[in-house]
Amino acid sequence: MLVRNPSGMIGLAILTIAVAVAVFGPLLFPTSPWRMVQRPFLPPLTMPGLPLGTDALGRDVMAGIIYGARVSLLVGLISTLASLAIGIPLGAVAGYFGGKIDDALMRFTEFFQTVPSFALAIVLVAIMQPSIVSMVAAIAVVSWPPVARLVRGEVLSLRTREYVQAAVVTGQTNWWIIWREILPNALSPVIVLASLMVATAILLESSLSFLGLGDPNLMSWGYMVGAGRTVIRQAWWITVFPGIAILLSVLALNLIGEGLNDALNPRLAKGGRRA
Amino acid sequence: MSKRKILMSLATLCVLSTAAAAEGPKAGGVINAVIQPEPPSLMVGLVQNGPTQMVAGNIYEGLLRYSPKLDPLPGLAESWSVSEDGKVYTFKLVKGATWHDGKPFTSADVLFSIEFLKQTHARARGNLVQLDKVEAPDESTVVFTLKQPFGPFIGIFEVGSLPMIPKHIYEGTDFKTNPANNTPIGTGPFMFKEWQKGSFIRLVKNPSYHVKGKPNIDEIYWHVIPDAAARSVAYETGKVDVLPGGSVENFDVPRLSKLKNTCVTGAGWEFFSPHSWLWLNNRAGPTANKKFRQALMFAIDRNMAKDVVWNGLGKVATGPSGSAIKYYTSAVPKYDYDPAKAKALLKEAGYKGEKVRMLPLPYGETWQRWAEMVRQNLQDVGINVDMIATDVPGWNQKVSEWDYDIAFTYLYQYGDPALGVGRNYVSSQIAKGSPFNNVEGYSNPEIDKLFADGAVAFPDSAREEIYAKAQKILVEDVPVAWMLELQFPTITRCRVKNLVTTGIGVNDGFRDAWIEK
Repeated sequence: MLVRNPSGMIGLAILTIAVAVAVFGPLLFPTSPWRMVQRPFLPPLTMPGLPLGTDALGRDVMAGIIYGARVSLLVGLISTLASLAIGIPLGAVAGYFGGKIDDALMRFTEFFQTVPSFALAIVLVAIMQPSIVSMVAAIAVVSWPPVARLVRGEVLSLRTREYVQAAVVTGQTNWWIIWREILPNALSPVIVLASLMVATAILLESSLSFLGLGDPNLMSWGYMVGAGRTVIRQAWWITVFPGIAILLSVLALNLIGEGLNDALNPRLAKGGRRA
Repeated sequence: MSKRKILMSLATLCVLSTAAAAEGPKAGGVINAVIQPEPPSLMVGLVQNGPTQMVAGNIYEGLLRYSPKLDPLPGLAESWSVSEDGKVYTFKLVKGATWHDGKPFTSADVLFSIEFLKQTHARARGNLVQLDKVEAPDESTVVFTLKQPFGPFIGIFEVGSLPMIPKHIYEGTDFKTNPANNTPIGTGPFMFKEWQKGSFIRLVKNPSYHVKGKPNIDEIYWHVIPDAAARSVAYETGKVDVLPGGSVENFDVPRLSKLKNTCVTGAGWEFFSPHSWLWLNNRAGPTANKKFRQALMFAIDRNMAKDVVWNGLGKVATGPSGSAIKYYTSAVPKYDYDPAKAKALLKEAGYKGEKVRMLPLPYGETWQRWAEMVRQNLQDVGINVDMIATDVPGWNQKVSEWDYDIAFTYLYQYGDPALGVGRNYVSSQIAKGSPFNNVEGYSNPEIDKLFADGAVAFPDSAREEIYAKAQKILVEDVPVAWMLELQFPTITRCRVKNLVTTGIGVNDGFRDAWIEK
């Protein structure tokens, strides 16, 4: 489906590279990215084996980017899965049962939506003490509301369909109907949303690490940008390369999201014009 | 020794001023300096944090000033003597000193200041604990009588430790709410003029200062610039001429040092002697084992930290005392960087890879980078380090509640082991709730006795012997892992001369400073 979409293909290609780097990179760079390997502030391409130079403590910037890919992608993926795990059931229950349950759940959702998400994430991480677990939890907590609202909307429209009504008439349980009849049909917009959420999660993770709220034991792109920021005038490469890494992976996920949207949208999939 | 008399005569003072005259100090000019962060108050009798001392040290004065070697110099006292038994200190005050409002400064003000500071200044209270009575036989003489000889006593009269407070303004008032706190009045070379909160503090020359011909500078502007990068830029663009120690990130120091007409000095911190170390929890976990603690000392490359993180400034610490502190000795066991030896010691200690929690000091980039470097050193010898991220309150809480294995810190040492060193090693200082006492929980009756004896031993040679012994035992036991004697470089335009001349540097430096035209 995605094959017909060139920009989606580009996104997929970049993401594949990023995933490959995250999975196989540590095999090529077996030493810790925190190890001081050369003198500090070595510019790129001045020393064989250090194509991106070294940072303020003489650590290999290339190794940092490779290990950082693991953290960024992992945090992006897991926190998105976690927020889907919160948002989908909540939205489905609200949309299917309606009435007071719907009201209660949606007011609860709005409560989270009205709080600026980044500020909330900072507070949560600061309270729970910065670590990879607290970061994933904080990102999941601030990013589930759109999922819940989207799923609720889909469910609202699907539950009036005839095949759902038929299932009700044949006496199937509510949970069975939600699980077997409604959710599979509500999933395609959720998939599109999820791919964009991974991108947002990577950005959030980078921003938190940039502010020094990342896991101090894990090398991440945001941390590298934050740590290099103070020396940007002496050593641009320390911030620029991880910055490019963040840019490319977020761009890739956005391209994929758009591609998926085109592919999964039934009207567009049938060869209709793009709106 | 015959009559023991420390007398900084007027002759020496003349030598100092003629030396300056040879260089030809010029009168006039304005100095723009950075103050970071903005002080909460300038009333140094009530508030003693760093920036307050830095500005107020030029408004207020103490009885004595201290050379970079921490020898006493005349301040508001022009001469002083100590009785043979080391218990009576007699100070002669300078003639003709006046408060900024024109009232004369007399011995009554000294007596009042002692009472004032006992109520408001925790460190002064501690320093005065051996004081039996203080009397003023006449307008310009003050006599301190001690309960027993207390060697460090001559070192407690610096402006931040024992500033002179005007009696006629504070007597009979509630000190904390006295409106005069907003318009501080001292005897110093500069008078408070205005304070635009969040922007600048302006001091002007005291025309009737008691040292003739000083100060040379007409005005000082202390600029408040909250962002570290903006402070560097302010210097580069010429908005400020003086960056006191600690006001820019370390990583900016080499770049700023290379600018034209820029002078950098690490001097002017000898009195404070900031000494950094890792608290090691002596109570529990791997750090309770002496062999493990010694292994840490061998595992950490302190020279590299000095060169890379601190840009070559400072000195590798050899033990509990900084090298500027009295009775410092380098004749102690050495811990050079030796990972192989560290590994061997870890094996002896029976360390099996238990997790060790490490708290960096949350004071910005430099400290974070340093912690990352030490973590790498420790991981290299096989120590399983888990770095915990905290903010300042979190760090304070964890350290003072003993909830850590390894924690970075640095403390001031105030010139004498009895004032700023013993507190971190004697068992009477083990108490939850403070991050400045014996936080590591080291307890050794021999050390307790040595520090107790050292404080009151007399004469100095006896103290020297005691403290040499104490340093040797401590360095062998490694209650904490000493890192570096820190230096906070003061960056100035080279045309600002004579700014850093004493052991507290910029804190009282503007009295002697002048600008080359």
